[in-house]
Amino acid sequence: MLRYFLKRLLSLVISLAVASVVIFVAIEVVPGDPASYMLGINAQEDTIAALREDLGLNVPVFQRYLGWISGLVQGDFGTSYTYRTPVADMIGERMWVSLPLALFALTLSTLIAFPAGILAATKRGSIWDVLVMGVTQLGIAIPNFWFAMLMVLAFAINLRWFSAGGFPGWENGLFVGLKALLLPAVSLALPQASILARVMRSALLDTLDEDFIRTARAKGLTTGQTLRRHALRNAMIPVLTIIGLQFSFLLAGAIIIENVFFLPGLGRLVFQSISQRDLIVVESVVMLLVFAVVMVNFAVDLAYAAVDPRLRGRS
Amino acid sequence: MKHTRVSFATVVVLAMGAGLAQAAQTDITLGMQLEPPHLDPTSAAAGAIDQVLYANIFEGLTRFASDGAIIAGLAQSWYISDDGLTYTFNLHSGVKFHDGTTMDSRDVKFSLDRARAEDSANAQKALYAGITSVDALDPETVRITLAEPNGALLFNLAWGDAVIVAPESIENIKTNPVGTGPFTFSNWVQGDKIEITKNPDYWGTPAKLDKATFKFISDPTAAFAAVMAEDVDAFPGFPAPENLPQFDADPRFTVMIGSTEGETILSTNNKMPPFDNVKVRKALAHAIDRQSIIDGAMFGYGTPIGTHFAPHNPAYLDMTGNSNYDPDLARSLLAEAGFADGFSTTLKLPPPSYARRGGEIIAAQLAEVGITAEISNLEWAQWLEQVFRGKDYGLTIVSHTEPMDIGIYARPDYYFQYESAAFQGLMVDLNAATDPAKRTEIMQAAQTMISEEYVNGYLFQLAATGVANAKIVGLWANAPTQATDLTAVYWND
Repeated sequence: MLRYFLKRLLSLVISLAVASVVIFVAIEVVPGDPASYMLGINAQEDTIAALREDLGLNVPVFQRYLGWISGLVQGDFGTSYTYRTPVADMIGERMWVSLPLALFALTLSTLIAFPAGILAATKRGSIWDVLVMGVTQLGIAIPNFWFAMLMVLAFAINLRWFSAGGFPGWENGLFVGLKALLLPAVSLALPQASILARVMRSALLDTLDEDFIRTARAKGLTTGQTLRRHALRNAMIPVLTIIGLQFSFLLAGAIIIENVFFLPGLGRLVFQSISQRDLIVVESVVMLLVFAVVMVNFAVDLAYAAVDPRLRGRS
Repeated sequence: MKHTRVSFATVVVLAMGAGLAQAAQTDITLGMQLEPPHLDPTSAAAGAIDQVLYANIFEGLTRFASDGAIIAGLAQSWYISDDGLTYTFNLHSGVKFHDGTTMDSRDVKFSLDRARAEDSANAQKALYAGITSVDALDPETVRITLAEPNGALLFNLAWGDAVIVAPESIENIKTNPVGTGPFTFSNWVQGDKIEITKNPDYWGTPAKLDKATFKFISDPTAAFAAVMAEDVDAFPGFPAPENLPQFDADPRFTVMIGSTEGETILSTNNKMPPFDNVKVRKALAHAIDRQSIIDGAMFGYGTPIGTHFAPHNPAYLDMTGNSNYDPDLARSLLAEAGFADGFSTTLKLPPPSYARRGGEIIAAQLAEVGITAEISNLEWAQWLEQVFRGKDYGLTIVSHTEPMDIGIYARPDYYFQYESAAFQGLMVDLNAATDPAKRTEIMQAAQTMISEEYVNGYLFQLAATGVANAKIVGLWANAPTQATDLTAVYWND
C-alpha cells in the first residue's frame, strides 16, 4: 500500500512541475501587452513604459517564472496586474461560489445517476431500462448552456420563482445561497448525471455477467444482497473514475454556465483575466485548477485501492 | 358599535394608503457589461471606471452635462486672461471629501500635478501636458498657467481623468475611492457588484437615491434575462440592440436611445499601399453602404456620419454626400488607380458586435467592387498590439469613443498614419482659438478636410442604447462621456 501511495505521489509531483512550465510558456507567448490594454488608445508611450516597469513586466521571462513558482510554493500567488489585489484573495473569494457549485452539481448528478443506472442494469431490457437510456441520451445531447437559458426563461422570466442569475453571498443564509445556485447546478448536473448513469449501467451489467455473481447467488444470497456486496463494489472502479473527472470538469469548466447566470466564480475570473491580459491571474488560477485535477485523480487512485484490494497487492 | 367598526376600517385603509405612499423606492440596481479593473479614474483608460464613479463619487473642476455641454463642477466660476494663458478658478466653499477632510485649492494642485507628472500613470496625460503650473492662490482660488493658449482646457478638465483627488486618500484609491461627490463608495464584491450610498454631507444638491448597486453582467443573453426578470432596474449600456423592440413593447420598461461620442469608422492604414492613394480610399468610401451596416449590425440604431465628428455637436457638418453608396463609381475609381481587377487586404476586427457584424457586411460590400478583405477576429489586447501599436493592418473597424477627438488626425504616428501639414496647422489654430465662432469655423474646416481626403471610411455614430424600469426618472439617455450620473435619478411611484 505504501509503495502504491508513493508511486502515485511521485507522478503527482511530476505532473505539477510539467504543467507549471506548459502553463507559463503558453500564457506568456500569447500576444498582447497588459499595460497598453489598461491604458487604452490615448496613452503616451512613456506612460505605458512606466506602467510596464511598475508591473515588473520588464524582467526576463525565466526570472519571472522562477519568481512565480517560488511564490506559489510558499502560497503567494502574486498580485493581479489589473485589480492590484493579491491573486490569492481573489481566488479565495471566487472559490466560495465555484466550489459549492461544483459540489452541488456533483451531488445532484450522483443522486440522479446511481438509482437510474442501477435500475436500468437490474431491469435490463424492461421499460425502465429503455426510459433511462432514452432520457440520458437526451441529457447528453442537450448543450447545458441552452438548457440553462431555457430554465431561466421558464423559472426566472415567466414564473419569477428564481433570479435570472447572480449570487447574493453566503452571508444572507444557506438557503438563499443554495437557491441562487440551484438552476446553475441543475444545468451543470444534467449532462453529468446522464453520462454517469450510463457508465453505472454498463459497469454493473459487466459485473452482473461475471462468474462470481453466479457463485454468490448459488451460495443463497438474494438479488439485493448480491448487488450490494459483490456487483456494486466491483462496478465502482469506472464510476469513481468518471466522478473524479466530472468534479475536475465542474470546478474548471463552469465558465459558460457562470456567464449565463453571471456568477462571480473562478471560470468568469479566468475569462475576464484572459481578455485583460492579466497574465498572473490566469497562470495562477489555471495552475490551481491543474493542482485540483491532479489531487482529485490522486484521491481517485487511492479510492480504487480502497475498493479493489487487487490494486494494492499488485504494486 | 357599528359606527366604531366603520371608523376602524377607515383607519386601516388610511394607514395602508399612507404605507403605499411612503414606499417610493430609494435604491436602484443597474446592470453593466464591463467591470472596472480598479476604482481610480485617473490612472486607467477603462470606461467602466467612469461609468461607476464619474459624477457619483468623483468630481472635477468642470463636468459634462447630459447634453455634452461643459458646466461648472467643483469650480463655481472662472476667469480666463485675455492672452488665454491663465485660467483662475473660484472653488465652491465648504466642499468635503468623503473621509471628512476639506477639499481646497491644494487638492486641485495635487490632482493636476499628479496627472501631468513625469511618472504619471494618467491615460490622458497628453491632455494636460500644456499646463506649465498650477498654483493655489488661496484655499478657494487656483490658477492654471498654460504654455500656449488651449481653447479645450475647460473641456479637458471635465474628463474623468481630471477629477479632484486628495493626497490623504490617494494610497488606497484603487480599492477605496474617496471623492467629493453626492455618493460615497461602500462595497465592491469583485466579479459581481459595486455598491454606493448617498453622501449625507454633500456640498451641492443632494442625491435622491439612498443606495445604488452596479451589477456586472457581461453576457448579452444574461443581460436580457436579468432585465426581463427585473433583477436589475436599469441597464444603461444594453449590449444587445436586437432585444430593444421587445422591451419597447413591454409597458414595464422604457427604452432610452441617445447619442454617444463614438464615431465608428473603417480605419484605413494611410501609409500602406494601395491605401496611400487617395483614389483607392475614395473608392472604398463609395463602395460602402452605411445604412445597410447600421441596419444589419446595429439593428437600425446609429446615425450615418461622413466625417470624424459627433452629429449632436453644434459644429457638425453633414458630409455623408462625399461618400454616398455608388459601387459603379468605386469600380471606376479603382480602375483609374490601376486596380481594375481589385486587390486583397486585411480587415482586423476587435470584439464589439459593431465591428464583428459590421465587418462581415463591409467585406461583402467590398467584394462587389473587387476588393477581397480577409477578416481576422482579434481580442482587444491583440488589436492594441497588432493594429494600434504595430500598425500591421489594412483595414479595421473601431468606434472612437473619446469626446471631441478630431485632433488625433494631427498625429502622424497615430495608427491610421494620416500625415497632413495643413491639418496639423488647423489643430494649432484650434488650440489657440478661444472665440466660439472662430473655433466652430476651424472645426468645420477640419471636418471637411478629412472627409474630402477620405482618410478613413466614416460609418456611423454609435447610439447609446439603454433600458430601464418605466418608473425611473433622470437617467441619461445620451452618453457625452462614459458615465452613469445618478445625481438626479429617482423613482416615480
